[in-house]
Order: sequence, then structure tokens, then C-alpha cells
Amino acid sequence: MVLTIYAPLFASSKRAVVTLVEKGVEFESVNVDLLKGEQRQPEYIAIQPFGKIPVLVDGDYKIFESRAIMRYIAEKYRSQGPDLLGKTIEERGQVEQWLDVEATSYHPPLLALTLNIVFAPLMGFPADEKVIKESEEKLGEVLDVYEAQLSKNEYLAGDFVSLADLAHLPFTEYLVGAIGKAYMIKDRKHVSAWWDKISNRAAWKEVSEKYALPV
Amino acid sequence: MVVKLYGQVTAACPQRVVLCFLEKEIEFEIVHVDLDTLEQKKPEHLLRQPFGQVPAIEDGDFKLFESRAIARYYATRYADQGTNLLGKFLEHRAIVDQWADVETHYFNVLAFPIVLNLVIKPRLGEECDVVLVEELKAKLGVVLDIYENRLASNRFLAGDEFTMADLTHMPAMGYLMRTDVNQMVKARVNMNRWWEEITARPAWKKLMKMAGFEA
Repeated sequence: MVLTIYAPLFASSKRAVVTLVEKGVEFESVNVDLLKGEQRQPEYIAIQPFGKIPVLVDGDYKIFESRAIMRYIAEKYRSQGPDLLGKTIEERGQVEQWLDVEATSYHPPLLALTLNIVFAPLMGFPADEKVIKESEEKLGEVLDVYEAQLSKNEYLAGDFVSLADLAHLPFTEYLVGAIGKAYMIKDRKHVSAWWDKISNRAAWKEVSEKYALPV
Repeated sequence: MVVKLYGQVTAACPQRVVLCFLEKEIEFEIVHVDLDTLEQKKPEHLLRQPFGQVPAIEDGDFKLFESRAIARYYATRYADQGTNLLGKFLEHRAIVDQWADVETHYFNVLAFPIVLNLVIKPRLGEECDVVLVEELKAKLGVVLDIYENRLASNRFLAGDEFTMADLTHMPAMGYLMRTDVNQMVKARVNMNRWWEEITARPAWKKLMKMAGFEA
């Protein structure tokens, strides 16, 4: 029975989708249109009680939270594709550290920018200029720390690409694209080199093209 | 050589790590980083945690930050000792990860600003944003209903046993229960049952004593 991932066109789901593609795992996808509020329908709430995306369904087994799904796939398919968890417990610790940094420090301001700049006009709610300004400042501070880290290491957790790097792909694609703030990445030498490397990986190029949100 | 935990035992994020150490029966030493005097922003601490936050650990040459990543690392490294915090097999572990991530993305995003306004600001002589707190409580109510439903058919968040998923909620919950938000928990039968059960654990009681909260 084939794995099914829900809402592949949206950024949070793409964290899980790119992990599946990196690991060469076969899967199917089911579209959920967030712009039409399909995630709030009873059939969807039955599989993700918070009404958020993504969900991965594997036969009777269901799991939500994109980073939990990433960990699950990386562990289950450890022996195929790149090892995205590091080779030792200590390397895994570093992967978890930077995955958590993405979740707690990088993602919140970037999500605020995405909602206010990309989705506000699409969904007809007013953009909050104050939030945009504060979010850009906060994200800039975080990126300064990344710049220092990436001047010492090729990837966030060390000299190997991991879940921590992949987790950044979907929303950073918004940052350099539809949000119109590519300079935040480009103006930082090591962050820029890291972004070029991870966004040019075959798996991300495939996901980015195949599951592009038609807006 | 004993692991050093940099932080303050009264602060929620370091408490997450202390609780993990206590559950896993791991010896540790707390090195006090004084948040009231912003010691976490000073150069010496920034070398350990570049975002200027607590906690951070030093275990011989191995260093790590992000409380949840630290907890996961020690739970993995000491899998055979103390409480099993990560589940017995991959599918169970992934559900543990799922509910641990729910804490980050749905619970903490609301709990943290509520605690900031109701507990921390008054201590610093700052004004509490009453309107914001009411909005956050309304959103928290929706989230707690989902937890209530989950705990109606599960003894703990990830199933029959106490895991990282429950542990990771405890520090912020501990603070929330000292505010009038405790009414929201007490009004929900299963959440109340769950909270009473997990706070009866010896590790929690020891932590509360260390933090000077309980007699």
C-alpha cells in the first residue's frame, strides 16, 4: 500500500514531500485547497484534528506535523538515499538542534512575512505593515547567526546535508520569490552559498516544479 | 564527568531538560545563567548559545542547545536507563514526535505570551496586555478541546505511557496553572486527570522543589 501525503502544493507539506523524494520513497498525494478552507472540512479534521497541513497516511497509520513526518521517513528509510539524520547520536543531536531552531526561531517570522505579503492579497485580508517590519528584523537577526554557523560548516548540522537544511526549503523559496526579499539571503555570503547548494538539489527542484502552487 | 546545564532552574526551557535528566536518572550540574540581569545576552553565553537563549549543555566536548533537541538527544543516548521517553518502536516514536511538535506549534505559541503577560510582565513592573491575553485564551480553548478529545481515549498524549510528548508540555503548563488559565484545564475532565497524573510523578515533584515552588 502506498504512502499518501496531503496538501503537497503548500509549503509546510513540502518539508515532508522533499524528504520522501530525497529518500526515493514512492507516494501518492491528495490536494487540499487551503485558499478555499478545505482543511476545515469534517473529512479533513477527522485525520488532522487541528485542521492544519500536512498529514501522512500509511495504511492505518496516520501522522501529522511536518517535522515529525520528516523524522519518521528519515528513520524508516534510513538505509536508502542520503542519511539525513547524521551517522552518530551526537550528529543526530546537532540535526535536532537546528531543526528546532528552524521551528522556533526561523519559521515564525518567515511565516508572518508569507501570510502578510503572499497570502493577504490572495485571501483578502489586510497586510500588517508593523508585523512585516518586525518580522524582517527578527528574521535578519536569525540569519546573522546562520551566517556565522555556515562560515564554519558546509551545512547547518555539520558537513552533511540533513533534515535541518531541508526543513528550510519551502518557506525560504517564498522569501527569495513571492515575498521579494531575496537580498536577505543573497547579502549573506555563506547563507547564500548554502541556499544555492540546497535549493539546487535534484529532489528540491523536482518538488518545486511538480507541486508549484498555481497563484 | 557530569553534564553541565546552563540556565536557571525557574525558567521553563531549562526545566524541560532538568525534567528529562530526572526521568532518565542522569546526573547533571546546573550552571546558573541569570536571566534577570540578561546574562544570556552576554558574549560568554553567546559562545554556547548564539541566539542568546537558555538552555545550553556541555557534556565533555559535546555541546547542544534547543531544550527539546537536548531532551531528545539524552532520551536517545540513555534509551535503556530510567523512563522510556521515546516510544518502543518507530511508529510509536513518530506519534511521540508528532505530539511533541504539537507542543511547539500549537501550545507554546499561545502559552508563552500568556505567561509573559500574566506572570513575567507584572514581576518586571510592566503592563499586561489584557486584550491580547483574552484573545490568546480564546485560541487556547480551541486547542485544549482537541487535547481533551485526544486524552479521552488515550491515557497520555502518545498512548498508554508517559513520554516526551507529555514531558515537553509540563514546564509551560506549570506556569499556566498558576494563573487563572487553570480554570480552563480544571473544566476539562480528561486534561485535569492527565495533569494530576503527570504532576504526581517523582521527577516533577523534585523539579518543583529545586525551583522553590512546592514545600
